[in-house]
Amino acid sequence: MDGRRTGSVEQLLAAHEIVIACGSGGVGKTTTAAAAAAMAAARQGGKVLVLTVDPAKRLANALGLEGFGNVASRVPDAAFRQAGITPRGELWAAMLDTKQSWDSLVRRHAPDAGTAGRILDNPLYQNITGRFIQAHDYIAVERLYELHLDGVYDLIVVDTPPTRNALDFLDAPARMADFFSSRLLRMLTVPYKSRLVNFASKPFYQVADRILGTQFLQDIAEFFILFQTMAPGFVERAEAVSRLLHDRRTTFVVVTTLEAAPAHEAEFFIEMLAARRFHLGAVVLNKVLPDYLRDAGGASARLAERLEGGATEAAAALGDGFADVGPAQLARVLTEVAENYLRFQLVAQRESEQEAAFGRTPEVVVSVPYFENDIYDLGGLLELGGRIWS
Amino acid sequence: MAGLDLLERRLVFVTGKGGVGKTTVAAGLALLASQRGKRTLVCEVDDKGDLADFYEAGPVRYDAREVQPGLYAMAMDTERSLDEYLRIFLRIPVMGRIGPVARMFDFVATAAPGVKEILTVGKLCYEVRQRRYDLVVVDASATGHVVGQLAAPQAINTLVQVGLIRSQTDWMLDILSDRHRTGVVIVATPEEMPVNETIELAGRVRDETTVDLAAIIVNRVLPELFGRGEEEVFEHLRSAPRAGVDAAVGGDIAPLLEAARLAVTLRRTRAAHLERLRDGIDPDLPLLYVPYLFARTHGLRSTRVVADALAAELGY
Repeated sequence: MDGRRTGSVEQLLAAHEIVIACGSGGVGKTTTAAAAAAMAAARQGGKVLVLTVDPAKRLANALGLEGFGNVASRVPDAAFRQAGITPRGELWAAMLDTKQSWDSLVRRHAPDAGTAGRILDNPLYQNITGRFIQAHDYIAVERLYELHLDGVYDLIVVDTPPTRNALDFLDAPARMADFFSSRLLRMLTVPYKSRLVNFASKPFYQVADRILGTQFLQDIAEFFILFQTMAPGFVERAEAVSRLLHDRRTTFVVVTTLEAAPAHEAEFFIEMLAARRFHLGAVVLNKVLPDYLRDAGGASARLAERLEGGATEAAAALGDGFADVGPAQLARVLTEVAENYLRFQLVAQRESEQEAAFGRTPEVVVSVPYFENDIYDLGGLLELGGRIWS
Repeated sequence: MAGLDLLERRLVFVTGKGGVGKTTVAAGLALLASQRGKRTLVCEVDDKGDLADFYEAGPVRYDAREVQPGLYAMAMDTERSLDEYLRIFLRIPVMGRIGPVARMFDFVATAAPGVKEILTVGKLCYEVRQRRYDLVVVDASATGHVVGQLAAPQAINTLVQVGLIRSQTDWMLDILSDRHRTGVVIVATPEEMPVNETIELAGRVRDETTVDLAAIIVNRVLPELFGRGEEEVFEHLRSAPRAGVDAAVGGDIAPLLEAARLAVTLRRTRAAHLERLRDGIDPDLPLLYVPYLFARTHGLRSTRVVADALAAELGY
């Protein structure tokens, strides 16, 4: 598949300012985003930021950062030097702190400090920012927008939050804008603002009262009345964020393994990106088993099958060089080696079928081999990056 | 081993980080229970629609359907759960007939903390209370959301002072807090992030919910390839002159040796993560292992393999 592709991740990163990595949980999205950013900083220069959501401690260490927070910190050049590389640019890393980001958003959009304080103190606030309208997704794109607006970075690579539904991230800004202009929000808050209970909403309040209790409903309404004061700023901002995602400087990279479930989700996501007219720059097939297991000609599998049944003969034929090893033990090892090959070959073939089944694919599709060991330093990250790069 | 009573409970929540095979394990556990003669309900909470594939018996919807003898499957739908709730407890007809009201409810359910969660947990507890099933297995939300679900009745209890929901969280809490009836199972894989999240979640379940952590199931465990002394033989084989070995076995053995080396390295990396998991959790907590499935396809056959593996681990 790789052979007939013309583009590369290298070109993709050179031509864009924002790269958004997405894919389902457990596919190595965070590491891939960090590796791509590290390569861009090392080879292309400029200021490169990787914005991650929930990095493993190991990844933070690999970047030479003790624990990076909402404020971006620079990966020390020493970490690059240790990997034997003199970077042409700078690599920065920041983590998304959902709660902190929401708080600062509220402070910015509330009409005055008093209202901001009342929102932040509201007991429902934390609950609602934690659960409501995909609060994590929205804040991730919002933060991206802010960083881009600052104009400090030449390239921002974003690792998206794990979502139950890949679409949540894309739809978050629009949904946020919808929410503030919704009739439902008005219906919920109006009766408490005016004491004049809207006739149309009456049955709702009767039922809601019986189930939730008046006090609770009132708490909710009060909170939303406060929240509504931020509407104009929020709506405008959400629309700007949405425009940025569609901007030609922004591209998406879908990361997936070739296991059935993540691959299925990746395909769905690719379709949805197209339907929403986002730019799909690359697909990264991660943790792919090595080629020798795909065994195109079938010779290795035939050998393994022969060995499975005829290990004793093979052990005898090996003879002299293995004098200090009992032939029975040698035969057992050969059998195990053969069986193991057949087991992994089955999985590798499943992967190859999965790869072939990918429908619509972008210009750039890269396969990254299974890294047998975890990545513990920038050198490891750059090695992975090198596999994605060209 | 405390894990022996896993299937003796009435309500088992199966959770774990995305991508670890949470649904696979839930499907296998439910199948095992039904094979052992328990009338079992398995419920998928996230509307991904994955559960259906594991039984190959058509789509799974809100109304439970028998997918295997004695095994019923359903998919959670909080709107339907609300309809059912209103019909049963308030004797209010189907919400669908009063459109705006239904939409308002959907809005409140999305906005108000805990409402959607309580509709989910409430329905599951209701099935337990009605005793229509011996066991309810829940393919629950992933680690990030499951604590919110399990803690919903308490949250509602503190947020809502009066009203019908308040009075009804009591019996739900009774069921959820009773370790003989309810338990949580966390699914992990022997990899870095799943292990980290499992250790963290185990702590949160203990600190933030009243539900008992019943077991941790480690999925995709690779077999030990070589027995005692065999690895040295293998290394000997690798360093021997290749032409001689190839001639003896009658083919190019390199790919086979590479694959074996891969298996050994993977197993070793994963063993370190497993050890970290063991060190990070309560030593009395049962750890069950499900092997990596070297299978060509998914579906019912794989689900059966998982059920068999769990049966062996549970001592059946």
